[in-house]
Amino acid sequence: MSFNSYKDDEQSTKRSKIQTLKRLLDYLFVYKWQIVFVLAIMGYGVAVSLVNPLIMESAIDDYIGQNDFRGLYRLLGIALAVNLALVATVKLRMYIMAKVCNRILLTIRQELYTHIQKLDFAFFDSRPTGKILSRIIGDINSLKDVLSNCVTTLVPDGLTVIAVIVIMVCKNPALAFASLLTLPFMAAATFYIEYKAHPRWQSFRKKSANLNAFIHEDMAGIRIIQSFHAEKETENTFDELLQEHRNAFFDAVRMSDSFGSVIDLSWGLGCIFLYFTGIVVLGVDAVSLGTFIAFGTYLNMFWQPIHNISNFYNQLVTNIAGAERIFEILDTEPSIADGAAAKPMPEIAGEVVFDHVDFSYDDKVKVLDDVSFSIRSGETIALVGPTGAGKTTIVNLISRFYDATGGAVRIDGQDVREVTLNSLRGQMGIMTQDNFLFSGTIRENIRYGRLDATDEEIEAAARAVNAHDFIMKLEKGYETVLSERGGGLSVGQKQLLAFARTMVSDPKILILDEATSSIDTKTELLVQEGIEHLLAGRTSFVIAHRLSTIRKADRIFVVDDGKILEEGSADELMEKKGIYYQLYMAQFKAC
Amino acid sequence: MKKISNYIWDYRFSYLGAVLSLLIAVTLDMAAPRLTARVVDDVIVGGKTGELKYLLLGFLGVGLGRCIFQYVKEYTFDKNGARISGDMRRDLFRHIQSLSADFFDRTNTGELMARVKEDIDHIWDAVGYVGMLLIEVFYHTGIILVCMCMINRKLAMLSAAAMLLCGTVAVMMERKLGAVYEAISEENAVLNTVAEENLGGVRTVKAFAREAFEIDKFLSHNKRYYDLNMAQSKVFVRYYPVFTVISKVLPLLTLLVGGRFVIGGEMTLGEMTAFVEYSMNIVWPMEMLGWLTNSFSSAVASNRKIRKIYEETPTVTEVTNPVKLQDVRGKVCFDHVSFHKADQHEILRDITFTVEAGKTLGIMGTTGAGKTSIIQLLQRMYDATGGAIYLDDVDIRSLTLEQLRTSVSFVMQDVFLFSDTIGDNIKLGKKRYLDFKTVRKASTDAQASGFIERMEKQYDTVIGERGVGLSGGQKQRISIARALSKKNPILVLDDSTSALDTETEQTIQQTLAKLESTTKIIIGHRISAVRGADEILVLADGAIAERGTHEELLRKRGLYYETYQSQYGELSEAGAAAHMDGPGGEAQGKQVRERGGETDVLQFI
Repeated sequence: MSFNSYKDDEQSTKRSKIQTLKRLLDYLFVYKWQIVFVLAIMGYGVAVSLVNPLIMESAIDDYIGQNDFRGLYRLLGIALAVNLALVATVKLRMYIMAKVCNRILLTIRQELYTHIQKLDFAFFDSRPTGKILSRIIGDINSLKDVLSNCVTTLVPDGLTVIAVIVIMVCKNPALAFASLLTLPFMAAATFYIEYKAHPRWQSFRKKSANLNAFIHEDMAGIRIIQSFHAEKETENTFDELLQEHRNAFFDAVRMSDSFGSVIDLSWGLGCIFLYFTGIVVLGVDAVSLGTFIAFGTYLNMFWQPIHNISNFYNQLVTNIAGAERIFEILDTEPSIADGAAAKPMPEIAGEVVFDHVDFSYDDKVKVLDDVSFSIRSGETIALVGPTGAGKTTIVNLISRFYDATGGAVRIDGQDVREVTLNSLRGQMGIMTQDNFLFSGTIRENIRYGRLDATDEEIEAAARAVNAHDFIMKLEKGYETVLSERGGGLSVGQKQLLAFARTMVSDPKILILDEATSSIDTKTELLVQEGIEHLLAGRTSFVIAHRLSTIRKADRIFVVDDGKILEEGSADELMEKKGIYYQLYMAQFKAC
Repeated sequence: MKKISNYIWDYRFSYLGAVLSLLIAVTLDMAAPRLTARVVDDVIVGGKTGELKYLLLGFLGVGLGRCIFQYVKEYTFDKNGARISGDMRRDLFRHIQSLSADFFDRTNTGELMARVKEDIDHIWDAVGYVGMLLIEVFYHTGIILVCMCMINRKLAMLSAAAMLLCGTVAVMMERKLGAVYEAISEENAVLNTVAEENLGGVRTVKAFAREAFEIDKFLSHNKRYYDLNMAQSKVFVRYYPVFTVISKVLPLLTLLVGGRFVIGGEMTLGEMTAFVEYSMNIVWPMEMLGWLTNSFSSAVASNRKIRKIYEETPTVTEVTNPVKLQDVRGKVCFDHVSFHKADQHEILRDITFTVEAGKTLGIMGTTGAGKTSIIQLLQRMYDATGGAIYLDDVDIRSLTLEQLRTSVSFVMQDVFLFSDTIGDNIKLGKKRYLDFKTVRKASTDAQASGFIERMEKQYDTVIGERGVGLSGGQKQRISIARALSKKNPILVLDDSTSALDTETEQTIQQTLAKLESTTKIIIGHRISAVRGADEILVLADGAIAERGTHEELLRKRGLYYETYQSQYGELSEAGAAAHMDGPGGEAQGKQVRERGGETDVLQFI
């Protein structure tokens, strides 16, 4: 597996912008009635703003020019009423749009999060947490304005532009043509800028994610950084990342900012064409003063929405990179998922069979090579062997964290790939070396094992693993709030809590992967005694380096190079004088 | 904390240029209606067609001028926004890194991320385009007012009143929005934390099949985030229409009053046309003011959150005139040291010991007995609450943190590796100074070079965050190599070989034994890890329960002996006399050591 570090940009899959936009619009489409309503309101707004210049024209030509006071009052009275009605609708429109957009963000964020929960380890392992986080938080937030502007800018401004063009053409085709002469130039320039800017914004998003990843790792690893007095060094790295982030922004914004210039230039040329045509080509008398002024107003009305639309387009270009990153995750298929015909696993009795199992992470190096064994319900199996021998892989296949690349893993005769993951893992108690505790109370953390566990059950589990005593010594006992990853506790204490959590889940199969490595021998013995009667008759797998930990196992498998080399009880293996014997003697000699 | 105004001051010349461009661009903008008025009054009404070409050139000039100055203005503001936010991020990051362990004990990573990332992003907007538009709005309205005054003072009063009203509403809205934005910023941090924990604990989540639970947990915060955003929208919706009302009504009123003036002969038709056009030109700044106030409130709220972090100060500080040791030999002395964290029970009680330079101290003890705390005190992650700790007979509180911490290499129990190359992970703290040879030597000593060099890119292999992709034993060996490569006078191993098989552990121990001038403190659960120490402390409940050499402690038949029995009980019965004491045991030990190089059969990687 290749890993992406905070220093390297993520690879992005190529996808068309139209498709991304279409997908975004699909989210909007859910609220089609609200949007139709908003558009109707905005239609009214557009109509009012189109009428306003006409009122102006009429006021000047018909009333002020004719010294008609009463007519002027009447006309403006109507105009005022029309405009005030508009304001009332603006309020409604904004509220509806805010609701729709926030809802969509809620939906996308939840969808993304839900999807991420389904993904397999390969996804999480291959990239820093901070980069995934930046998609859940930053990239989604960046869509907020784009979504609302899709409706409130694109549609009404688009309509305005069309309406203005129609009105201008009706009023005077020649003037209209002259005014709009610069349009093609503008369109071409806009597309060119977009073409250049889009990859730069993509790059900016990636740099942003790098920054996020580094901040995350630095804060999480602050203890080691301070311990090695590496603050200067991390500051330098951070500065470099900031620099890259900044430069990526400069590159992108340098392009995007020229949108405005194109519009300004087009406006200037548009004015020249208008007046030149109106005065020189058509002649002064051919066009009335009012018409001219109205034309000027329309021209402004034309440029304003054009300005808005290109701003929107600019924004879209800026932020669509965020949408792409979101959809990229949504399109990632988990390699470990419930099959179409998956059924719930019935209550597990505990018989585990490996039937000629092969496994490889990368199709090149075989981590497990034709492993076969059969375990009776209730047996305790110890796996020993050097680091990297394949012990963890064996237990990972039982809980289906990975799928065997060859052969089959069966529990109670049922292929693990044919049952739902939830029903399978829900019946297992898996403890790894990396015991993650969540921020929250100790009680909540133990309850994580079984959400409906009573306080008594939680306490019983804590007693069984010998955690109760130290918990009670804390001032608030079970209500002590832990910070993330169980901050404030020693590694051994964290292991005990994680153990209690596993115990409370009442696992049918227990898997302990170096679960007691940070616990002292004395406590470990107490833990072993404590869980013995809780787990009487359950199948369990124990991986440990300390041989004292596994002495009581029914059978010991000695694993190396992806094969089981020896198996038998501790006594049998000692007699065999094979690998186990050597391992045992090595520990003996060490003491 | 450096004030935002000071950050802005750093770029004053750049801002000055940008503001000048802004002024020019807006002024050119203002010139446009003038040009229109001239076209109407002089060319169309006045019939001076000859002037038209100059006026048309004027339009071109205005267009071109705006084209250039708008660009300079926008780009410079964007650039300054990015620079200032970058500077603020840099400073905030440095400040956070300078804080002490107690701060990190109670602050979640997700929250810090939100502060350094999202909150500063909001300020970025404010000192970038939002600030630019605000200035533009003010200048624009100001200049329009002046122009209006020049045409007709009475009529201009109408617009002035409208603007004043807008300003007042904006200030009121900012107050209301500030509180909501602060809550949003807070919830954003929570959302970050929940997601961050979920991703970090993904193995636990999946092991318990708790995906549905996690999704619900996130949903509740996601919904709260939604509610707060809606609350913000509601405030905004309440105030914003005021801006719209004013902007719609103002041109009409102007037309009405202006019309009267024209009819009354107080102003010309052309003047009034220009006036109306002006009044329409302040429509957008007014509407814009609503939006800008909104963004601005968000930045102000974020700034308050950031200031809270700046209010935190490091609890472990250096004295004003620190002692500088010329050459650290590595003598460590704890003198009646006790320690407890704020409002918690005592973690360490009356700990006294001395390790002479080059000697080895072993520490054993039950889970939670305070073993790791001793080391944290030695490195001044926390300060002892009682007693004193000496390095080479100097109180560590009078040394610089740099000298103290770079005297001690600490291999933590909780191995932390960065998503970086293996080489850089090993060099941590001295990336610029360590050469490849040192890294390689340290890796070899830590028994890590074998598996590292078998990787395709060897020391340049990028590993996952927290060392994902490596086994527990591999991670431990890299972190041992990290400590060894520093060649610091004191080496601390905190249960650092728990995931290693016995052979590897032994080989590493033999290497360590050869570091004669290095003071070693070894914390372990396995007897094998500490048995060679010059003195072994057995901790129980924060106090030293037993102390002595391996042999002395065995004779005592106390806690140490119990541990020994449970780890090697059967063995010691089998061949007790052979290694309990006496030259036989010595010899056997040596034999193993000599065999060290040949145990490749079991040299598992």
